[in-house]
Amino acid sequence: MTGGHFWSVAWAVAWRVLHNVFTTPSLLLPGLVFPLFFFTAFAGGLSRVDNIPGFDFPPGYTAFQFVFVLLQSAAFGGVFTGFGVARDFEYGFARRLMLAAPRRSGIIAGYAIAALVRWAATAALLTVVAVLAGMNVGGGGVDVVALYGLALIVSLVGTLWATGVAMRLRTSQAGPVMQLPVFLALFFAPVYVPLDLLTGWLEAVASLNPVTHLLEAGRSLIAGSPADVGLAFLIAAGLAVALGVWALRGLRAAERAGA
Amino acid sequence: MSLAAQIGHIAQRSVVRTLRQPANTVFPIVFPMALLAVTSAGLSAATEIPGFPTDSFLAFFLAFPFIQGALFATMNAGTDLARDVQTGFLNRLALTPMRGAALIAGQLGGIALMGLVQAIFYLSIGLAFGVRLESGVPGAVVLLSLATLIAIAFGALGAFFALRTGSSESVQGLFPLLFVLLFLSSMNLPRELIETDWFRTVATLNPVSYLIEGVRSLIITGWDVQALALAFGIGSAIAVLAIAAAAWALGLRMTRT
Repeated sequence: MTGGHFWSVAWAVAWRVLHNVFTTPSLLLPGLVFPLFFFTAFAGGLSRVDNIPGFDFPPGYTAFQFVFVLLQSAAFGGVFTGFGVARDFEYGFARRLMLAAPRRSGIIAGYAIAALVRWAATAALLTVVAVLAGMNVGGGGVDVVALYGLALIVSLVGTLWATGVAMRLRTSQAGPVMQLPVFLALFFAPVYVPLDLLTGWLEAVASLNPVTHLLEAGRSLIAGSPADVGLAFLIAAGLAVALGVWALRGLRAAERAGA
Repeated sequence: MSLAAQIGHIAQRSVVRTLRQPANTVFPIVFPMALLAVTSAGLSAATEIPGFPTDSFLAFFLAFPFIQGALFATMNAGTDLARDVQTGFLNRLALTPMRGAALIAGQLGGIALMGLVQAIFYLSIGLAFGVRLESGVPGAVVLLSLATLIAIAFGALGAFFALRTGSSESVQGLFPLLFVLLFLSSMNLPRELIETDWFRTVATLNPVSYLIEGVRSLIITGWDVQALALAFGIGSAIAVLAIAAAAWALGLRMTRT
């Protein structure tokens, strides 16, 4: 049991997933296209929302929505990877993979690496579209790097969550179980307007939702006035550690089930 | 067996098969409701935009689940029909006296029933959370009829793709295309309040905008004859064209087998 074994398994799994995704349009396109749908619908269709009294975000509504869609694409990139894990179990590939892998935790790492590379392609496309759409960026280089770094950790969090679910349920029917909590966590945050313009139950829920801190920190970075960035990274890292344990325990559950 | 009995059997099979797959029944109900909840709460401040037609964003956005639910139902039904092609069920059916018209009508009957049940659910949720239907009880009947027509129209599209491609993956690949039509419509704001020129143009050219606006008019306006005529006209046109296309695709598939 060496680190070499771990990484050889991780790279092999990552390579296989990436090869499958980038050579199969039906797997590649949803992850690329859905964030663009959301970005277009929100930034284009709702641009008048920045005329609401009290809405104050100097870079404009396009940048305001870009941060949300960037984080959403990161989280959902992980969920889409989870769909692949479930499919691998359903078709029996995961069983052969577990038999062949000298260090099985490398399997999770491999899926996570693949998810990060896959999300990087989505983020690049989304960024190009946003810039072409005239997005203003108030932050400097460090702020932008921090924003993408934060999104990268969110992608890892999404992957670890979905992988944990896939390894426990081992069926493609588990898709909604992976998707819905992520969807709700993202949308129970200040998606369309800042937190101080929310009212009612959503304002109460969003105030308690950790994703709100990630979103507000990301928006402060793109605006060039960083606020609570350390807290956001701490929350993201904490979620990654907790869900890493969740995914590893899922792996053990799959081993016990003889998958 | 009479044509009506054949249609009844296929419709029953379509409904039972949908109900037996929890993902196919729960998701079309939960997902639109979740999006309705978060969007209506998140965008409630949008009612302060000058010219916004109502002071309740929930009432304004309630039209959205009717269309999104129909899309989900369509994809599920289309995927099931494609699976029938893939597994050879359609070939075995071709050996029986079952008529092609019964297959399509039965399939669409099942979709219409599921669409109606979903629409009643969405409407009940809206009313339970304080939405007042400006068109009253007769408007509710018209709304449910329109929702059913929309489900049939999209269902026929799904059936056409299923029969033409014979692949459930291909039918699922249609989902992003239909989803883009939904997102590039007037679902979030009235067209006259959309600030971005190209988006407003696309939303105006997009037939889904008129389906949404027809449903919405019954909820927030009352009896808007133009909006209803456009919604029923476009819904019927899609349904007729898609049913004709599905019948043609079924004919080809039967010839091949």
